[in-house]
Amino acid sequence: MIKVNAVGDQCPIPIVKTKEAIKQLGGSGVVETSVDNEIAVENLRKFAAHSGYGFESTQDGAVYTVTMTVGEAQEECAQCAPDCIEYGTVVVISSSEMGQGDEKLGKALMKGFIYAISKADSLPETVLFYNGGAFLTAEGSDSLEDIRAMAEEGVEILTCGTCINHYGLSAEPPVGSVTNMYTIAEKMTGAKKLIRP
Amino acid sequence: MAQDIIFCKTGGCGAKLGAGMLSRILGMLPQQEDEKLLVGFKGHDDAAVYKISEDTAIVSTLDFFPPMVEDPYTFGQIAAANALSDIYAMGGKPITALNIVCFPESMDMNILGRILQGGCDKVNEAGALLCGGHSISDSDIKYGLSVTGTIDPERVLRNNTCRPGDRLILSKPLGVGIINAAARAGAASKEQLDAAVEQMTKLNKYAAQILEGFEVHACTDVTGFGLLGHLKEMLGGEIGAEVEFKNIQTLPGVYELAADFMITGAGQKNRHFAGETVEFLTDDYAAEEVLFDPQTSGGLLAAAAPQDADRIISELKAQGHICSLVGTVTGGNRIRVR
Repeated sequence: MIKVNAVGDQCPIPIVKTKEAIKQLGGSGVVETSVDNEIAVENLRKFAAHSGYGFESTQDGAVYTVTMTVGEAQEECAQCAPDCIEYGTVVVISSSEMGQGDEKLGKALMKGFIYAISKADSLPETVLFYNGGAFLTAEGSDSLEDIRAMAEEGVEILTCGTCINHYGLSAEPPVGSVTNMYTIAEKMTGAKKLIRP
Repeated sequence: MAQDIIFCKTGGCGAKLGAGMLSRILGMLPQQEDEKLLVGFKGHDDAAVYKISEDTAIVSTLDFFPPMVEDPYTFGQIAAANALSDIYAMGGKPITALNIVCFPESMDMNILGRILQGGCDKVNEAGALLCGGHSISDSDIKYGLSVTGTIDPERVLRNNTCRPGDRLILSKPLGVGIINAAARAGAASKEQLDAAVEQMTKLNKYAAQILEGFEVHACTDVTGFGLLGHLKEMLGGEIGAEVEFKNIQTLPGVYELAADFMITGAGQKNRHFAGETVEFLTDDYAAEEVLFDPQTSGGLLAAAAPQDADRIISELKAQGHICSLVGTVTGGNRIRVR
């Protein structure tokens, strides 16, 4: 075991000294670092977590002792669930109706479509709303709850500002943000997969 | 050398008290109301604004900190650029400045002379007058200024008046705190240090002049609380923002230094302050550190009307500012980083 005294040292020195000691270990082993503030303990914890070292800390008065174990088999981190956003997938909603024909049916289909994508295992990176699509992100839309659910999962929700103005909708849609043609064009041309219901 | 010992502590805006702790204490003070006080404690703005006549208000601010660089003249310049910055962040023009000095009596007074000269040169560059100050003997060096400016009361740029849809623009690259931390560990190159100094000594006057010509709804300067800490204050808990890390300019090699754990205590305090407000949609540890990195004399963070954002960016770039389109103000009350 190597002991490192970093009492009185400001970050990043405690980490630098600890790294130096780990290098000296030249393999598996234990490094014990003493510091005098909790922030340094937290920074050492981040360092250990990202380097895959075992981490323990104890406090004795004003001195904190951090024990790092190198070469321990690391458990898979529970938070690393597969990312449910499919980057590069862009959904374009250009109308409040899905398909052409009966208006009432078209609206019901669109509501169903948005519900279905919001519940899918992999969510799109971005959903663009323009022309009649702008009504779906506006106050009073039947799909607002589903769109909000996607936004909360990290899906980028963008509504065309020109369309909002044209239809006299609220300048600040209740979900997502307002965008312009430059961004719409960039998102569409940059998409790996473009979905247009 | 005596100054080596003193210079090795955490300096610059990284020496600020944690924002969370500060908010609690300030919340306990009585809020004084006066119709002429246009900007006070509320909203954690950059400077106080007091209306003295129909067309003039005065902007008051002060800022001081321990050194973060070895060279005293450079330190003086940085401290002054940083103190003046709050005036620019409010949309004001600095008119007078007073020195604030803590200096060990036993130390070489020529060092103090160089610090004050650096400060004075920056105040002159800002077009303001340095007209006095106050100094006390202390164990460590600290320097800064109290600056007074003027502003049209109708054109005060608050920090918390951004609107959903606004584009967020940052006028300087991030990473000053990380480079200074790496320098203390002997891990920063001369090129990196020079790049950091160039940004820290740069007056926000020039970026503010460009912003003046456009529809800007809110503005602050990014200092000790890092980009995300200051952005959180700007949003005031009532609106949200989306931040795109890949669009953000950083000083050379900063991402790699962060990945190598050249990180500060102040950055970790900023992470605590931002807390639940910030949501990272990607798993990129080094990017998080850069976004929480405390800046000394950082850039202006402006919320501009969407139609003006691209033109502001191109004008800033044309004048040599290393600027970024950081993201967009949104509904909700979270800052989502991707």
